[in-house]
Amino acid sequence: MSDKFQLANLSLVLPNNVQILQRVSFNIPAGKITCVIGPSGSGKSTLLRCLNRLWEPPPTTVFLDGVDITTISVLELRRRVGMLFQSAAIFPGTVAENIAYGPALTGQILTSTEIDALLERVSLPGDFARKPAGELSGGQAQRVALARTLANKPEALLLDEPTSALDPAAIYHVEETIFKLRDRLGLTVIWVSHAIEQVQRVADQVILLVDGAVAEIGSPAHLLESGHHLTEEFAAGRL
Amino acid sequence: MPTSLTWLPRILASLVLVAAAMGISRWQKIGLENDMLLAVVRAFAQLVAIGYALDFIFGVNHPGWILLVVGIMIGIAAYTAGKRGRGVPRGKRVALIAITTGAVLTLGLLIALQVFPFAPRYIIPIAGMVVGNSMTVTGLVMARLYDDIKLQRPQIEAALALGATRRQATSLQLRRAITVGMTPIVDNTKTVGLISLPGAMTGMILAGASPLEAVQLQIIVMYMLIGAAAFSGLTATFVTYRQFFTPAHQLIILPEQK
Repeated sequence: MSDKFQLANLSLVLPNNVQILQRVSFNIPAGKITCVIGPSGSGKSTLLRCLNRLWEPPPTTVFLDGVDITTISVLELRRRVGMLFQSAAIFPGTVAENIAYGPALTGQILTSTEIDALLERVSLPGDFARKPAGELSGGQAQRVALARTLANKPEALLLDEPTSALDPAAIYHVEETIFKLRDRLGLTVIWVSHAIEQVQRVADQVILLVDGAVAEIGSPAHLLESGHHLTEEFAAGRL
Repeated sequence: MPTSLTWLPRILASLVLVAAAMGISRWQKIGLENDMLLAVVRAFAQLVAIGYALDFIFGVNHPGWILLVVGIMIGIAAYTAGKRGRGVPRGKRVALIAITTGAVLTLGLLIALQVFPFAPRYIIPIAGMVVGNSMTVTGLVMARLYDDIKLQRPQIEAALALGATRRQATSLQLRRAITVGMTPIVDNTKTVGLISLPGAMTGMILAGASPLEAVQLQIIVMYMLIGAAAFSGLTATFVTYRQFFTPAHQLIILPEQK
């Protein structure tokens, strides 16, 4: 299987001189789920944001399908690489208006059939389309946010702890949906998570990030066997 | 035109009211006496100084003086509005651009349409009103945009992540900022004459003009202030929001408002 993303010596220093990422290098296989774990402040979210250029990575440090992402139009890149955040950040209006937002930016109008299909993809009934987005539960909102991202037909998904505020049933729904997206559409997923059980359930590959550098990389089983003390603490739920 | 302070006895008499206010402040332990005293002295000194200065400038009647005085007004206004929008990167420059645009367009149109002649005694007082109003609108717009963009960062970044440009991602916030900036002057214009008689008109009546003359000038003033608010509000909005983004449509980390 080919690699969707390649990271080569990605370092990032914020304007206030805080070093966030230090020479991060790894590959993200296409059509797989890669989880990024690590203590708070280890640079997980920043790493994710470099992949769709919400933060600007230095040139020739991040490659998408072999192409330096700083040479791709940033608006096109963000449509190809969708992102879900910890908060669903639903826009005012109806569920349908939220879902149609991305395509509308380039003048594409989604039909109601297309919106229904997107709702179905995230396991929500079609009558949700007319619902005011403000009335959704946390889990529903996050699934609408996922449908909104999928409307752009992305090749990869960046997930920044999207289930951390959800109840177990809602987490299950989101995970099941992501599995389906990987298996049926071949989506590449990069998933920042705090929950070890979740990582063990969903990850094909795990990256342990410590102080902005890659400390371990491998399958979930490999990572637990590697004996890194932070992995053990993570497994014990202390991170 | 009086060239000396013939009204001095009346000014001194009106100080009785300030004395009363200071008395109340002391009696109620409000502690504003020193501030009031400073305000009274400053108002007297500033206004008398500007009175003599204008007297001189009107006498010379040279267009160069108009540019100088309006330039100083704009500079002070930009500094003040820039301080109000403290969190906005390069805030003072943003305010300067917005206020200059509002003032130049408004005054330019008034002169081009021959509403007022290009002479110091007309343009300088008019510019004072226009610049003052642009300053208020610009400060409101900048402060509002800073607050809204900081507060609604998640929605804005969600929109950016969907491929929105910085302009598309903040369209709601931009509209709200212009509304907030323009509402006071629009409301004022709606209720003018019903609640209070505005300053320019009051001044003219007190100075002996007929109420009808005063009213006509006031109508022009209100209309011109709406224009100035729109020009500077719009400019402030579109120059301010760009300060929060990189050219690659990335929302920067907003500096704390000191």
